[in-house]
Amino acid sequence: MTDIAGKYTVEPFSASTEKREKFNRLLKKRYASEARFKMWGIAAVSVAVVFLVLLLGSIILQGSSAFVTTKVELEVSLDREIIDPQGTNDPMVIASADYNKILRNAMQSLFPEVESRRERRDMMDLISSGAAFELAAHVRDNPELIGQTIKFDVLTDDLVDMLRKGYIERNVPEEDRKLNDFQIGIFDKLVASGALYGTFNTELLTTGDSREPENAGLWGAVVGSFFTLVVTLGIAFPLGVMAAIYLEEFAPKNRITDMIEVNINNLAAVPSIVFGLLGLAVFLNFFGMPRSAPLVGGLVLALQALPIIIIASRAAIKAVPPSIREAALGMGASPLQTVLHHTLPLSMPGMLTGAILGMAHALGETAPLLMIGMVAFIVDVPGGFTSPATVLPVQIYLWADSPERAFVEKTSAAIMVLLVFLVFMNAIAIYLRKKFERKW
Amino acid sequence: MTALDFTTHTIPLEGKSKISAKNVNLWYGEKQALHNINLEVGENQVTALIGPSGCGKSTFLRCLNRMNDTIPSCRIQGDISIDGDDIYAQSLDVVHLRARVGMVFQKPNPFPKSIFDNVAYGPRLHGLSESKDHLEHIVKSSLERAGLWKEVSDRLLSPGTGLSGGQQQRLCIARAIAVSPEVILMDEPCSALDPIATAKVEELIDELRENFTIAIVTHSMQQAARVSQRTAFFHLGVLVENGPTEGIFTSPIDKRTQDYVTGRFG
Repeated sequence: MTDIAGKYTVEPFSASTEKREKFNRLLKKRYASEARFKMWGIAAVSVAVVFLVLLLGSIILQGSSAFVTTKVELEVSLDREIIDPQGTNDPMVIASADYNKILRNAMQSLFPEVESRRERRDMMDLISSGAAFELAAHVRDNPELIGQTIKFDVLTDDLVDMLRKGYIERNVPEEDRKLNDFQIGIFDKLVASGALYGTFNTELLTTGDSREPENAGLWGAVVGSFFTLVVTLGIAFPLGVMAAIYLEEFAPKNRITDMIEVNINNLAAVPSIVFGLLGLAVFLNFFGMPRSAPLVGGLVLALQALPIIIIASRAAIKAVPPSIREAALGMGASPLQTVLHHTLPLSMPGMLTGAILGMAHALGETAPLLMIGMVAFIVDVPGGFTSPATVLPVQIYLWADSPERAFVEKTSAAIMVLLVFLVFMNAIAIYLRKKFERKW
Repeated sequence: MTALDFTTHTIPLEGKSKISAKNVNLWYGEKQALHNINLEVGENQVTALIGPSGCGKSTFLRCLNRMNDTIPSCRIQGDISIDGDDIYAQSLDVVHLRARVGMVFQKPNPFPKSIFDNVAYGPRLHGLSESKDHLEHIVKSSLERAGLWKEVSDRLLSPGTGLSGGQQQRLCIARAIAVSPEVILMDEPCSALDPIATAKVEELIDELRENFTIAIVTHSMQQAARVSQRTAFFHLGVLVENGPTEGIFTSPIDKRTQDYVTGRFG
């Protein structure tokens, strides 16, 4: 100690100009590195923001047009001779009549000059193949309309929709085009007469999937996702919270609990497809549960969300100050009472955040659901936990795989709906956290 | 480092003993934290436990209501009894013990609940109140005894954590006395408080002595001299000296006590 003290003397930096300059140089360097650090941070955030904007921008740009669909207003004469010649008024009879013929008559009255068989068929192709069913349902529900001539708006074929939105190029040769010159001529006449118009696509948000893009909707997938997440939350949250409380507050710290902890952390990193295979082997093959059901999907996703919830809940429990626990124990509360009265309520915000994170993860999960058959083409909106269903990300996957041009914008629209779903869930999480948050 | 000096100088307690510790040894894992402690805590007296950091005074205090049970590596040997009841006996319920022996901690630790709920927590837990009125009476009288009633009577439903540090500590004292314990253990109750709040708490301790037996751990020798009737000096896990407070501070028997109270170490 004494040697060193003799060798070096510490002078104040103001002692000589040389020292002062050195100090100033160092100071400048310090500020420069601080500014650099700040710049890197801003750059990183900017890149993230740019990518987010690009992603959202391209999705919204592509997908927003899917919320508009094309309809054509037709004057349909609901001829009693065609619909219900016997006058039975039986809904079955009314519903099973030949509405295609009625629509054909309506189109022909608009364009009486079209005479050849082929051209008539081309003309009818401009109308959605689901239009006849729509009209049938309308007449069945309003049988008093039979015999009248009503204005009825029918969906056009997806190709007409695409043409109206400008996705079909008119100047390519006819044989390379999905719509021929004759059909485009009819389309232009319909537009000129004002019969053809764009309107909000309620079908997209209210119906199930369909092979026809103009009839395909997301509601089936939304309901499927909802049922699946209900099962996931109902299983993973209570189990995860209980496991976390046991491990943090009650379990002895020994080799077995260490091993359990390591395995829980590893479980969080297992590829999701593995959970799907597990679900296939255990839930479907061993327990014989129904295929494509939200129940099984929810169970598989619960397995996947469980470690996330356990880890988050344990962190939340650890964050509760030990002084609160001591206070409760010192008052004579039992360990269980301490947990129920103090630790659990205080860690609830953190647990809920973890649960919502796990749920958001589960909402976006596709791979494990493919394994248990939720990738099937399902038209009906699921009615319960065991009815066949699909979920939003799988629906996106299915639509992205479809060849029709109209599914491109529908895929982006589905992504938008999924994102809205996610934002909604996160908003709930923030609200709950704020509500349960208590300061100490 | 010289070997530990295990001698204890005790000037016997005059009057009734409330807590009696005999041959208490305590280990944290392999490390022995208390060596053969023999100490009597007199009834309706304030007994101060003093000594340098890490001397085992807080550890000993926590033995008296078995708070050390929560530390897995902690092992204890010897007898501690309150009014002749062995508190480490199999038949004794720890919840019952803690209702008899309340505790106030170093850092004020009110529950993040309302002031009323803080004080009512113990009575509710142990089913001490027969009705809502009774509970309100208990809360009011506890806050009055803790000298906090005047300051908080108009905001009983606001959170206890919103009070100042000194008020929080008095709230914790009110919470402890709400279950009418026989003994109150205080672990450096004033170390996080400013001098004015400290004076208030000290005054309160002096008043509480009438009804409760108090054991207080403190780092401040002035505080020990002000509030206590008897003082026990701990050093390196050994109870060095224990007797009337005046004697400890004016004519200590042991050299170590003398060195400590005159500020030569610790």
